[in-house]
Amino acid sequence: MAATALAATRPPEMVFGTYVLDTATHTTRAIVLVTTLALIALCGDTVAGHRRETEFVVLVQLGALGSMLLGGAADLILLFAAFLLASVPLYALAGWAKQGTATEAALKYYLAGALAGVTTLAGVTLLFGVAGATGYAGVAEGITRGPGGAAAVGLVAVLAGLAFKAGAVPAHFWVPDVADGTPPAVAAVITTLPKIGALVATYRLLDSAIPADVVDWPLLVAILAAASMTLANLAAFAQTSILRLLGYSTVSQVGYLLMAVAVAGRAPLAQPALLFYLAAYAFTNVAAFAVVAATAQRSIDGHRGLARRDPLLAIAFVVALLGLVGTPPTAVLFGKLVVFTAAVDGGLVWLVVLAVLNTVASLFYYLRVIAAAFTAPDTDTDTDTDTDGATGSVVHVVHERSGTRSRPWARWTALGTAAVSLLLGVCAGVVLAVVGTPP
Amino acid sequence: MLSLIVFWPALVAVALSVVPARAGTRVFAGAWVATGLVQLVLIAVVWAGLPAAGYGSVERLAWIPSAGVSYHLGVDGLSLPLLALAAVLFTATAVYTLRGIARPKGFVLLFLALQAVSAGLFVALDLILFFLFFDLSIVFMYFVIAGWGTGAPARRAALTFFLYTFLGSLALLLGFILLVLAGPRVSFDIPALAEQNPLAGGGVYAGLTVLVIGVGLAVKTPLFPFHTWLPPAHTEAPAAGSAILAGILLKMGTYGFVRIAMPLLPASWRQFALVAVVLGVVSVLWGALVALAQTDLKRMIAYTSVNHMGYVLLGLGAAGLVAGSSEQARALATAGATYQMVSHGLITAALFLLAGSLHDRGRTYDMAAYGGLATRTPRFAGLFAVAAFASLGLPGFSGFIAEFQIFAGALGAAPVATVIAVTGVLITAALFLLSMARMLPGATRTPDAPGTPRPFPDLGVRELLAIVPLLVLATVLGLLPRVLLDVIEPAARTVNDLVAR
Repeated sequence: MAATALAATRPPEMVFGTYVLDTATHTTRAIVLVTTLALIALCGDTVAGHRRETEFVVLVQLGALGSMLLGGAADLILLFAAFLLASVPLYALAGWAKQGTATEAALKYYLAGALAGVTTLAGVTLLFGVAGATGYAGVAEGITRGPGGAAAVGLVAVLAGLAFKAGAVPAHFWVPDVADGTPPAVAAVITTLPKIGALVATYRLLDSAIPADVVDWPLLVAILAAASMTLANLAAFAQTSILRLLGYSTVSQVGYLLMAVAVAGRAPLAQPALLFYLAAYAFTNVAAFAVVAATAQRSIDGHRGLARRDPLLAIAFVVALLGLVGTPPTAVLFGKLVVFTAAVDGGLVWLVVLAVLNTVASLFYYLRVIAAAFTAPDTDTDTDTDTDGATGSVVHVVHERSGTRSRPWARWTALGTAAVSLLLGVCAGVVLAVVGTPP
Repeated sequence: MLSLIVFWPALVAVALSVVPARAGTRVFAGAWVATGLVQLVLIAVVWAGLPAAGYGSVERLAWIPSAGVSYHLGVDGLSLPLLALAAVLFTATAVYTLRGIARPKGFVLLFLALQAVSAGLFVALDLILFFLFFDLSIVFMYFVIAGWGTGAPARRAALTFFLYTFLGSLALLLGFILLVLAGPRVSFDIPALAEQNPLAGGGVYAGLTVLVIGVGLAVKTPLFPFHTWLPPAHTEAPAAGSAILAGILLKMGTYGFVRIAMPLLPASWRQFALVAVVLGVVSVLWGALVALAQTDLKRMIAYTSVNHMGYVLLGLGAAGLVAGSSEQARALATAGATYQMVSHGLITAALFLLAGSLHDRGRTYDMAAYGGLATRTPRFAGLFAVAAFASLGLPGFSGFIAEFQIFAGALGAAPVATVIAVTGVLITAALFLLSMARMLPGATRTPDAPGTPRPFPDLGVRELLAIVPLLVLATVLGLLPRVLLDVIEPAARTVNDLVAR
């Protein structure tokens, strides 16, 4: 099934003068395809044999296609079409589980998305009005002649839509709800796939269509990046649900990714940094969600004693969570390294300092989860839980044990993606060379 | 060869990971001892082949060429003593662990990983490689403290440790990036950067860079006022963890100063040398005074680490005050600082292992709970006295050589600071004598808390085999300092030449 899924998602080569086939597009496609493969494997336990299995797989693939289209779009109209293609299947996917929370999440996601879509369309119209063209090259040329104020408003509107897709501040509020409301497998899809396309699309739009002297977008993006990482980290502290926590963590990760976008065109490392970090993020994030899917626990406390029950899975969890922090030798560390280097090179030292502080702050909540995984479950009564609570947690554990073993797909996906995340770190040199050597 | 030294413990760890956990302490700790001995032999081979100048046993591979990162290993007179120290301490800790530990498999695997990482850090000649090992040491030590400490306070101490030192390491990373981007081309290679000297001009940017790198290293060292993570981490860690934390991990900070801050940022180091001197002296006094106030043996030893690391910074800072002193004095100070790193590693590890043995018998570190140990447990009392005298810098021990060189070297450049720092030796002497007076003579008194084992035996063979070699080495280095100084001095001169540019 996985092999056919891979073959099915591979789109025919299409170049209509609006779709660029370059390193960024190819890398986006590669990341999206491999991630989709991992995601479909991850969903094996949830959907295999399910009545609407086909529906699920088709929706994931359509979403992946949208993400790839976003990554290569070099025309405002195509950008919007890709935006819709990347969004609509995922709205349906969010509601796929048909539980109470999933319906609510889907509705929230859809409403936020509809608003973002309208805003984007308005922005596209404004940019078209100012520049008189929709192709990026035409926009870049036309925008210098048009009124700067209108161009700025148009750009902000388009960015709002892309920020929604990427789950960045200020359009991030749906992320924790969707992550918590849907099954972990679906949450993994929604927090990983569209981000890849959206960030590459943002990079391409800003780099090739909007000259920085017309609209000061580097500062704008830098502020968005700073807000994303800081607000998401602050919000993540108080979470007790592991899925909400991971949801906020994905928002903070977008903040780091946007740092590379903020120096687009000004630092030679910016584009390879973005692409590499995206790949690192995609695998590490999928690994984290896969562990949660394998344990089927929605709370942080539910992961207590994971190290005792399933040491391999616990190690994968540590690799994924510390990977998201950026601890060596996982891929995200090298992602951060190149992103920080690019950002300092582009003159955004303050943003890098903020990112460093944020990384340390993020340790608080990631370590809370790791500490939980490595603590014995509360079976002894000398802790402050009462007897009822203790027996309750024992029942919990028994239930959970059967849970982990009955989800082999999620478990193996977690182990596999965590291993890839490590491998990507060790092979960072090769990968970076492929995604673009700076001059 | 160096790769083998670095990755050998990791290979053993991988091999051991398939051994079932029920095999017991003897198998795991035994394998660990053997690993350490093999590593020592390999290091001896490298030591024999060390060239008179420059780096020996260099290995270099392109790793991430587009970001200027390479896999570059090599040793010189500054790194080789610390590499050997790491192997010695890990082997001693392994012998000590033979006594038994809860969940031996995870414990030994973590320490083998730490052993690999520590060796890697001291031979890394690439900033990112250095950072990688630096960061990984934090991760593994976090699990040691959180997993084998005692209960909730240990987890809190582990978290504090992780947050503090991780902040430090990220500051270090930021500093590295700032430093590298100042050069004509992006390269994290340490010798290449030392040659280029990209921030020779000084200025605000260079000042910022040295500040950020300095903070990163100061947290790990730890220097006042960045030392607050250290006492809880030491108190809550198991004895083997404390020994490695104090003996090796703290040295990563001071080693970073001689390997990175001084040669790569010479202009700024000269500019801010006085800051290093002042911070060093404050750490000396603060550490000694706070240690004096402790009633908990382990906390007391922990604070003396702050004091001893302060001497190192004093020496390194003095070496940066180029104008005020002769070249010979500065070489003396730098060599003394390096000597102090080795000496402190040996002595403090011995002290922590002794404290751990005491805790095993009495279940408390409270010095007031013990008395008359000289008659009840003469071997413990004797070794504790030796370690205490070594730590306070009595002539005949390595600490004396180190401190003497630092003071002699620093006196010309920073006379007032040096004179103040000497009083730190007095306070240290007082606090060790006081602790011995409390615990060793007089009527026998052992803790009577519930859960305390009735018999209060003296040190066993395995404890002796772990602790005695450390103290013997400290004595040998105190009596025959040339053995080590012949290796350190040429490298110290090289560093000083780089600083004086």
